[in-house]
Amino acid sequence: MSIPISYYLALSAILFGLGVVAFVFKRNIITIFMAIELMLNAVNLAFVAFARAHNQLDGLVFVFFVIVVAAAEAAVGLAIVLALAHSRQSLNVDRVDLLKF
Amino acid sequence: MTPILDHLWIIVLLPLLGSAVNGLVGLSLGERWSKGAVNAVGVGSVALSFLCVCEAVREFAGLSADKIPVIHDYFTWMIAGSFRAGFALQVDQLTVVMLLVVTGVGLLVHIFSVGYMAHEGGYYRFFSYLNLFVFFMLNLVLGANLLVTFVGWEGVGLCSYLLIGFWFLKKSAADAGKKAFITTRIGDMGFTVGVLLVFATFKTVDYAAIFQTAGPYPVENHLGVITAICLLIFMGAVGKSAQLPLYVWLPDAMEGPTPVSALIHAATMVTAGVYIVARLNPLFARAPIAMLVVAIVGAVTAFYAATIGICQTDIKKVLAYSTVSQLGYMFLACGVGAYSAGIFHLMTHAFFKGLLFLASGSVIHAMGGEQDMLKMGGLRKKIPVTFWTMLIGTIAIAGVPPFAGFFSKDEILFAAWAGPYANKPLYLLGICAALITSFYMFRLIFLTFFGQPRFDEHHVHVHESPWSMLGPLCILALLSTVGGWFAAPTFFGGSDHFKDFLASVFAPAAALAPQVAEASHSLEVQFSMLAVLVGLIGLALAAWLYLGDLERPKRIAKSLGGLYTLVYNKYYVDEIYAALIVRPLLWISTDFLWHVVDEGMIDGTVNGTADVAQAAGSQVRKLQSGNARSYATWVIIGAVGFTALLLGLLGTRP
Repeated sequence: MSIPISYYLALSAILFGLGVVAFVFKRNIITIFMAIELMLNAVNLAFVAFARAHNQLDGLVFVFFVIVVAAAEAAVGLAIVLALAHSRQSLNVDRVDLLKF
Repeated sequence: MTPILDHLWIIVLLPLLGSAVNGLVGLSLGERWSKGAVNAVGVGSVALSFLCVCEAVREFAGLSADKIPVIHDYFTWMIAGSFRAGFALQVDQLTVVMLLVVTGVGLLVHIFSVGYMAHEGGYYRFFSYLNLFVFFMLNLVLGANLLVTFVGWEGVGLCSYLLIGFWFLKKSAADAGKKAFITTRIGDMGFTVGVLLVFATFKTVDYAAIFQTAGPYPVENHLGVITAICLLIFMGAVGKSAQLPLYVWLPDAMEGPTPVSALIHAATMVTAGVYIVARLNPLFARAPIAMLVVAIVGAVTAFYAATIGICQTDIKKVLAYSTVSQLGYMFLACGVGAYSAGIFHLMTHAFFKGLLFLASGSVIHAMGGEQDMLKMGGLRKKIPVTFWTMLIGTIAIAGVPPFAGFFSKDEILFAAWAGPYANKPLYLLGICAALITSFYMFRLIFLTFFGQPRFDEHHVHVHESPWSMLGPLCILALLSTVGGWFAAPTFFGGSDHFKDFLASVFAPAAALAPQVAEASHSLEVQFSMLAVLVGLIGLALAAWLYLGDLERPKRIAKSLGGLYTLVYNKYYVDEIYAALIVRPLLWISTDFLWHVVDEGMIDGTVNGTADVAQAAGSQVRKLQSGNARSYATWVIIGAVGFTALLLGLLGTRP
């Protein structure tokens, strides 16, 4: 007996929602970063679940892509975080607001 | 072999080349080789053109009648549907007369200018403009269709503007130039509409084709299309030839250098209106109403302008009003169907009025720039050549035989009395104008050359002009003397050679003219006697008033009171125009068109649009807070919204 796909999707949605909430409400840039990772992995879970359910490889291929992009993003993102922390002496994103009119 | 008649463009092109050379490199020419180089180009090009005209006339004389007019279509200028206009030139008898006048008098004026303008700045510019004028004037008279004529017509207007405002640093000169340009533009609007109407009616603008197509049209005794065409074209002529009510620019045009007044505002350009009426005689002959209008305008102008001439004290202004008056005579001639008499007067007028203007230039030159006759006097002994030539011009314009003006003016007046379109009231106006003409011209002579000097002889060193100026004066004086002799045989029972020469050009008009009994020869002689008598009365009046005590004319002026003031102030026409036209126009332009329409509506619309965009932008830009989390919120709201939309769309699908 297999677990129905709706369970996986529900878990994926919950994880994604958590990620979104953390992304919007957290001020610490590292936490926001982790929220992004959480959302990416929630999507990965949905892909894998569909791939399994439909017995196709397309979803798995996309998952690999997402992992690679996430790794690259982590590398660039952490570098930015370091630079920011260095110049601002803080990890609070509310203090990074130069990008405006 | 007729080399020049085959290549008429050479005549036209030479002055244009001269103008281009002087205009483009005249400054460096003058600096490198002195003024001689500028003179050589400026005078030389017109002289060559004159020689070409002489050669063309010689060739023309040998042509058989069936080859006239000579028409050459050199290239297609514009083509649109059934409309075609070529750069076409033509020569017939009328053109021959005009060509000789334009290049002949033009050449003399160029030579005169060498002396007169010698000390002026912008010497090369002057000659460039003058050559350009000759170019356009030749286009005007040589054009074989209305469009080429029109190019010349507008071109001479441009040159007139440039030359009136030659001393453009002087405000009055610059204003006079603008006045001339704008006033003639009013008439030119009529001309343009007339040309369009010609095309709409006859489907062509070539003279020969127009006249051929007009052949079957009957004489219009009502307001028909041909009458409309003639009146519109005449409107252009009224502007260009300074007739009532558009004459106001010509007296002001005297701000220009005197040679310009002589060439453009006396001898050639202002006669363009007469030329076009004469050229279109087959149309005018079919529109008796238009002819009546032409005759009335001409006669009234002749009389009206002459009366203003009585009271002017500026030597050039007197001549200017005299020109307006004489142009009125030419229109009177055309209006009573005596086209050849009109053209004859055009030619003799070019001689004697060109002479009078150049002589007045010589006087002004001698007086060191003074133009007020009340500050002259007694110049007869000091500048004898100028005096004698100017006297000849005056006698010629006053109509004393055997000088040129006598024959042409007499022919006009006689045609007004006894011609096919005779109009006796107009004859009376004309003969009165002749009396006044003689009076004010001799007044000019007496005030300028006789009596005691009324200037400070210690400060003004009166000197005779150089021969480059006196030479043209003498030649023109000769022409003013003998120029009318073509018509002399009429008085001995012979025929008028000038009329016979032009007969074929005016044959279409003559064929349509009402038949009248041939006036008896003795009647014509009697009328001539009357005209001479009138001229002599004018002379006697002027002598009685202005030879001797100058208090007498002042007393008479005072006793006339209001009438004198009215005439002295030129009937307040300039003031009336200013009050009725210029000021309302200014008011509408400034207070309504500028402040309300332009600033309020047009600028308002544009600025309003910009203001709305700016206000919206300043609100919307607040979304760009710079806070990364707020951006994220927007992204999420967008994603949620998009997803909801997608789900909604998917949900509605069956």
